[in-house]
Amino acid sequence: MLDWLYAPWPWYVSGPLIGLMVPLMLWIGNRSFGISNNLRHMCAMAQPKSVGVDFFHYNWRDHSWSLVFAAGAVLGGFFAGIVFANPQPVELSVAALTMFSYWNVPIGGGFLPPVLFDFTWLSVIVMFAGGVMVGFGTRYAAGCTSGHAITGLSTLQPQSLLAVMGIFAGGLFSAHFITPHLFSLFW
Amino acid sequence: MRFLPYLLAGMAFGFVMIKSEAASWYRIMEMFHFQSFHMFGIMMSAIATGLTGVLLLKRYGRMLTLDGEAVVIPSKEPGRYNYLFGGLIFGLGWGVIGLCPGPIFSLVGMGSIGALAALAGALHGTWLYGCIKNRLPH
Repeated sequence: MLDWLYAPWPWYVSGPLIGLMVPLMLWIGNRSFGISNNLRHMCAMAQPKSVGVDFFHYNWRDHSWSLVFAAGAVLGGFFAGIVFANPQPVELSVAALTMFSYWNVPIGGGFLPPVLFDFTWLSVIVMFAGGVMVGFGTRYAAGCTSGHAITGLSTLQPQSLLAVMGIFAGGLFSAHFITPHLFSLFW
Repeated sequence: MRFLPYLLAGMAFGFVMIKSEAASWYRIMEMFHFQSFHMFGIMMSAIATGLTGVLLLKRYGRMLTLDGEAVVIPSKEPGRYNYLFGGLIFGLGWGVIGLCPGPIFSLVGMGSIGALAALAGALHGTWLYGCIKNRLPH
């Protein structure tokens, strides 16, 4: 009876649930749904008084609600991925499975490819470097997929359309011209 | 207590990130290679739902937030290059590590070392932006 808690949810269930976050956050307290601002708040928390980068010089406590939201996302991930973990591997399309074997990515199932997500120095360096680009880019663009593609587009903001175009163009480039060679080069 | 709604909303968000498989590296690569409708279906139905929800909130303008304020939709700062270039840099990273910030947080909850490394990187990237912000076109 609780099978649905363990199984992955189809797009027509999970998509609308993600979309509901926009009116939900507005209703809770006039908040714009988004997550990447928390990276800035975490930097502001960590910045010592002697270091004066203006961008992190504000009272992060005014944004506690946002940090609580991020803590909730971590907890939600724990429940969905550990407590109610899906025992089956991600059901990918045949085309994707063929592509991954061609890329030299072992497809033994699971949620994430172990070569990239397990603890080896090489994978940690790649994930860190990619993370730097994600952190830099999202702050430069003042938002990520949630703040721009979901919140921005569903509140019809032209700046967000520009950001989404940039995001997709960048992703297309690296997914086609960088990532395919990564595995045969390094692993 | 004031923060409880945010904690619950965050938990729902993190839960859906995993259950939708939007936090799976495999799904993101599949999306950028147009090999499945899954991620596009998520994005389109999410935007359609958000749009409808916001329209309803606006239509029933008398509706108040939990704190009793009138609903106001926050608008994005003016700018052009920052949105385009920032998006581009973020996208370049996303196409490699297959994680955007939402999934990074929820995968950390799953105990993923890779996501933790990506989070450490993202914090450094954010810091770097803060340091050179004034020298970048916005």
